Amino acid sequence: MALDRALVGRSYPPSAVYEVGRAKIAEFAAAVGATDPVHHDVEAARAAGHGDVIAPPTFAIVVSLEAAFVVLTDDEVGLDYSRVVHGEQKFAHHRPIRAGDRLVATTTIDAARTVAGNDLLTARVELATAEGEPVCTATSMLVARGAA
Amino acid sequence: MTAEVGTELPELVVRVTRADLVRYAGASGDFNPIHWNERVAREVGLPGVIAHGMLTMALAARAVTDWTGDPAALLDYQVRFGRPVVVPDDDRGAELTVRGTVAALLDDGRVRVDLTVTSEGEKVLSLARAVVRPG
Repeated sequence: MALDRALVGRSYPPSAVYEVGRAKIAEFAAAVGATDPVHHDVEAARAAGHGDVIAPPTFAIVVSLEAAFVVLTDDEVGLDYSRVVHGEQKFAHHRPIRAGDRLVATTTIDAARTVAGNDLLTARVELATAEGEPVCTATSMLVARGAA
Repeated sequence: MTAEVGTELPELVVRVTRADLVRYAGASGDFNPIHWNERVAREVGLPGVIAHGMLTMALAARAVTDWTGDPAALLDYQVRFGRPVVVPDDDRGAELTVRGTVAALLDDGRVRVDLTVTSEGEKVLSLARAVVRPG
């Protein structure tokens, strides 16, 4: 099914608050081999000028990808979830994510097109603190491969 | 750390095993079985269990953060997932090689680094770019 271009610009309600924990950051850092002490040692993070331990650059995906998936459950989008793969990912960090952040994700459809039978949908997720401070813009391009 | 157009970052070589995929699944919350279950991976037409694209993206970022020495210096980062990284069921796993080159000097002291990420000689990420502000 071809994606409807009228979907571009559609925005979804903000997510529930995601509280960033020190242990989760340390666990994620260990899983990607990010050994810099700013990810697991509060004193080292503070010495480097951060208020608390900071997350590795791709940690935002933990919050943003689930938020982006809101479009997959939108019946008017009509993407076949079983055929969806992650095509592209982009992060624009406004500041590092750090422990103690209370993040809210707001998802908008930035692009929707059909190329060679594949549906390409770009979901932009704005991560901000609950107080409204911008933290990261995470953009995911999802591809639903053609059934042929 | 010098940053001129053409400056090459130190090459990073990392191995990814099935255990690494399980650890990343838990840490990221991405439990798609194609990253840990051979049967499911083959049923959907893959040659075997593949690494999470986001794990490959995270590992490639280390070439940049190792170079800058400051994870917070990585401002923008983008990749296209070109080819899956098949992770065999053995203790060696798959090998990833990450090379980076300074491609442009931007305003405000920022630098664009273009990355080439390969496994078994094949590019697995394309359009992999980072913008950093070296300290």
